Amino acid sequence: MTDTLPGAAIPNPLDEAAITAAVEDAIAAIAAASSLEELKAVRLAHTGEKSPLSLANREIGGLAKEHKAAAGKLMGSSRGRVNQALAARTQVLEAENDARILVEETVDVTAAPRRRRAGARHPLSTLQDRVSDIFVGMGWEIAEGPEVESEWFNFDALNFKPDHPAREMQDTFFVEPPEAHLLMRTHTSPVQVRSMLEREVPIYVLCPGKVFRTDELDATHTPVFHQFEGLAIDKDLSMADLRGTLEHFARQMFGDEASIRLRPNYFPFTEPSAELDIWHPGAKGGPRWIEWGGCGMVNPNVLRAAGIDPDIYSGFAFGMGIERTLMFRNEVGDMRDMIEGDVRFSEHFGMEI
Amino acid sequence: MRIPLSWLREFAQVPADATAEDVMADLVKVGFEEEEVHRPTDELTGPVVVGQVLSLVKEPQTNGKTINWCQVRVVPEGQEQKLTGEGIDPSGVQGIICGAHNFVEGDKVVVTLPGAVLPGNFRISARKTYGHLSAGMIASVRELGIGDDHDGILVLSRIGLDPEIGTDAMELLGLYDQAAEINVTPDRGYAFSIRGVAREYAHATGTSFVDPASKVNAPATLQGGYGVKLNDDAPIYGKPGCDRFVARTVRGVDASRPTPPWMTARLRLAGVRSISLPVDISNYVMLELGQPNHCYDLDKLAGDIVVRRAVAGEKITTLDDKERTLDVEDLLITDDSGAIGIAGVMGGAHTEVSDSTTNILVEAAHFDEVSIARSRRRHKLPSEASKRFERGVDWHVANIAAQRVVDLLVELAGGTADEAGTDVGTAPDAVVIDLPAEFAAARIGIDFTEEQITTSLEDLGAVVEKTAAGYRVTAPSWRNDLETKEDLSEEIARLVGYDNIPSTLPVAPPGRGLSRSQQQKRRVVQALADAGLTEVLSYPFVSKAANDTFGVAAEGAARPALKLANPISEEQGFLRTSMLPGLIEVARCNHSRGFRDLALYEVGSVFLPGEKLGTDSIPPLGVKPSDEVLDALYDGVPHQPLHIGAVLTGHDSPAAATHAPRAWDWADALDVARLMADVLGVELVVSQGSHQAFHPGRAAQLALRNGDVVGYAGELHPKLLAAHDMPARSVAVEVNVEALFDAAPDVIVAKHISGFPVATQDVALVVPEDVPADQVLSALREGAGELLEDVALFDVYAGPGIEEGKKSLAFGLRFRADDRTLTADEASEARAAAVAVAAERFGAVQR
Repeated sequence: MTDTLPGAAIPNPLDEAAITAAVEDAIAAIAAASSLEELKAVRLAHTGEKSPLSLANREIGGLAKEHKAAAGKLMGSSRGRVNQALAARTQVLEAENDARILVEETVDVTAAPRRRRAGARHPLSTLQDRVSDIFVGMGWEIAEGPEVESEWFNFDALNFKPDHPAREMQDTFFVEPPEAHLLMRTHTSPVQVRSMLEREVPIYVLCPGKVFRTDELDATHTPVFHQFEGLAIDKDLSMADLRGTLEHFARQMFGDEASIRLRPNYFPFTEPSAELDIWHPGAKGGPRWIEWGGCGMVNPNVLRAAGIDPDIYSGFAFGMGIERTLMFRNEVGDMRDMIEGDVRFSEHFGMEI
Repeated sequence: MRIPLSWLREFAQVPADATAEDVMADLVKVGFEEEEVHRPTDELTGPVVVGQVLSLVKEPQTNGKTINWCQVRVVPEGQEQKLTGEGIDPSGVQGIICGAHNFVEGDKVVVTLPGAVLPGNFRISARKTYGHLSAGMIASVRELGIGDDHDGILVLSRIGLDPEIGTDAMELLGLYDQAAEINVTPDRGYAFSIRGVAREYAHATGTSFVDPASKVNAPATLQGGYGVKLNDDAPIYGKPGCDRFVARTVRGVDASRPTPPWMTARLRLAGVRSISLPVDISNYVMLELGQPNHCYDLDKLAGDIVVRRAVAGEKITTLDDKERTLDVEDLLITDDSGAIGIAGVMGGAHTEVSDSTTNILVEAAHFDEVSIARSRRRHKLPSEASKRFERGVDWHVANIAAQRVVDLLVELAGGTADEAGTDVGTAPDAVVIDLPAEFAAARIGIDFTEEQITTSLEDLGAVVEKTAAGYRVTAPSWRNDLETKEDLSEEIARLVGYDNIPSTLPVAPPGRGLSRSQQQKRRVVQALADAGLTEVLSYPFVSKAANDTFGVAAEGAARPALKLANPISEEQGFLRTSMLPGLIEVARCNHSRGFRDLALYEVGSVFLPGEKLGTDSIPPLGVKPSDEVLDALYDGVPHQPLHIGAVLTGHDSPAAATHAPRAWDWADALDVARLMADVLGVELVVSQGSHQAFHPGRAAQLALRNGDVVGYAGELHPKLLAAHDMPARSVAVEVNVEALFDAAPDVIVAKHISGFPVATQDVALVVPEDVPADQVLSALREGAGELLEDVALFDVYAGPGIEEGKKSLAFGLRFRADDRTLTADEASEARAAAVAVAAERFGAVQR
């Protein structure tokens, strides 16, 4: 046994004082260890194969038979004390270490990078969904149709006479060749005609979508814009039902204080016809009437074009611009902001409207 | 239509202090939207008075000009100057410098005194100029804002005036009047007249009204006048082009006389320029009564007037001195010399009245709306006359209007009217409408009283007769828009007031909510935004080149596109066949504003015309077309599937202190495509694609399981990016989402979830480098059989250790059985089977 700690004699496992001294040494060293690394060194020095206690323990094998039990007992309890102290110290140091790591891991949360892109819907599309949801909630259905449309659906079926000035006032984009009678729909009303042809009465549908007029783009005009039109065909519908529907809708959109006003107007597809103003309680610059759209009782010629007997059924229709609604509801000052595609416009709204 | 208030007051009870705004507020209640106020005093304030030039001294200047140093009396001699203020001479005589030379001593002129403000916020004050103190200005019509003529100052005697010195010149020139401009809807031609608007004003305010027609004393019949024949041998829709022609003659007129200022003032406020006395009278009567009319120089007419359709190739030079080739459908006024006017649109130059005209023939005729509308459109000649005829003019007012013109020519132009006159044509039948007693109440929702119904209709000018079933209503002759019981309901509601309509909420039958495709669309659109993309909108108008590049995969292959007949810009004259050109334009716009890291998407229709385009004709209105005709209409409408396109440029996120953003790459484009498919539950089959808009080696073709190609994704072609000034490596995707909607499963059948442990095995296969990984993966999937739960590619390697021209693909395979724990042998066996198929198909060798 030459391989011992330098300067340390192997204690006798029967020498209780020497063993106790070794134990005390170990416990003092354990208590003095200030880190897990130091504690590891202490553990190797005092419980490793070449530590005094281990060496003393190994000596038991060479003792006379009658001494073995006493030595074993002494050594067992001594090493037990040391191990217990080691375990306790380990726990303390580990806890301290864990706490320190957490402190060291502190970050400046205010400097967090934004790694996830925040997407956005276009507010015209969000608003269209919102309007649709209000009507779906009332039991209405949403109807859609093509943007390039037959002239018949866009005009004749809606009682626009072929040579009447009202037809020209729609500023229509025609598709080549003109003999094919195709155009870009000037309103979503052709969807109403399609709905009447394809559905059974009673019909309650909302038709949102893109429409086209040959207007140059400026602060208040755009050649491509969006509308939503409503159509109800049933027995005994009157203008009072039209007003009630519009009022209900206006309150959903603008709050309980919103109300509507009807003014006489002319549209080929309705008779009587009315201009629709809304009392906007939250309008910029104070509550006021704002022109919102047109409406009226469906002209019997429109019903006839769809094969619906005007002596049995009546109906009402209305139409509003989505851009216009967004402009006064959300205070958008310039039409161009909505259509130029500047990401700041959509991103400002995010998913909401 | 602009309504001078002084004119309206002649026939309606307009309060003396009412403004144009007040009148508009009343008219809006009966359906005329307000447009604008025209009020000279908004721009011009006095003192502006009549002055007489006492002396005029011509003073040549060093700059070559000669100015006049004038002494102008602005207060009658012997009277005091009551005006005070800086620059107002108490003597009543103002010293004024004037540069114009069209007046002499003794002329009466309009003097704008110091303190006056002229249009353009031009303040008049006394100021030193040319060595004098000039205290005021002698005004031209242009300076007063009442004309364009600025050649000289306004000499009052030349417009037939000799007022007292000091008279308020604004009063004299009608400048205290104002006009309300209203929008007249296209059904109400009668409201393009003071007559019509005065009646409506009475409706709106519940006041009384005098019909201007009733103030004209016209003979009941006319005979022996100028010869007129109505020879329409090609009526449109069976309606004769002209069903009344009244001709009157006035002789010995002085056409050179000035138009009285009250008339020019009203015309000016109504937006009509003064031209000559006869023309002004003609316009005045048109505005007052709504009857367009025309003055011919009687001495230039040759033989009888014949109203007929044009013959092919016939020509006319119109009043605007343009020669026009006529269409056989054009209705003409002709004489022996040929066409002397396009009926109801514009007169001819040859028979035009001039200052030397002494004898005048007045025409007041009634023309068919459609005929006039077509001629106007054909010759692009919108005129005040055609505007009225297209919308409908009162047949019965023609002779009254002619009489009114005659009266004014006699009164103002000194002519003598011939007793004889011409009135040919046939009156249309009056429109009689049966209005069931309860109809209006049911349609409007107001319980109208019998009195409300009869009074309203009678106020309109209708004759109402009570019948057993309700009312028999004879519509007034000037209301050609009243044809049906619905029309009458509107009139009753309008006069009783729309504000009285109650509010009831009808209950729709139980609805089905959003349709499946509407829900699918919402889900996809929302998912893309949730994934960090920004929705934008662009116009569907694109160039042919853009369609040819983006709309079709193979270069040079033609895909038909729709062309607009009247695009906003010729360059963008086509409808898109792809979403990408619009998105790239939007991206470029954002780049130019400093936003380089973008993820944009747009949802919209693309327009893909097939062989059938539209229909040769369209069915008439008011009748349901037959099923065949309807089918043809439906079939003629081009295919317009809903597409979603996305363009990603720059990086996926903003750079930050502790974050290096990742540049978008081709795989991101694929991810966007997969996201759309995933939210719909559709499997997208990706294969190596070829599309001219994309990088030839970095494009994926996207297809459905059935092989239908639904889109492309990948890196845009570098040349194209450069040409569009886009960042290199920008990526894009376009998918026909409608096809995805249709491919989405209706019912998803549940899959058994096995609780037994998974056995994973990896395999690396060496294959030729042009073999797509996805196909190797499919081969493994096929070969592995039922036990395979999932397989994924986790590494691609080419380089040292791998033969030139080959690559190594590493896959992870997950095996699991439904009913037992797999043994290692079972898993290895399945793996071997998988590899065998890949080996057979692609010569794959296990590494």
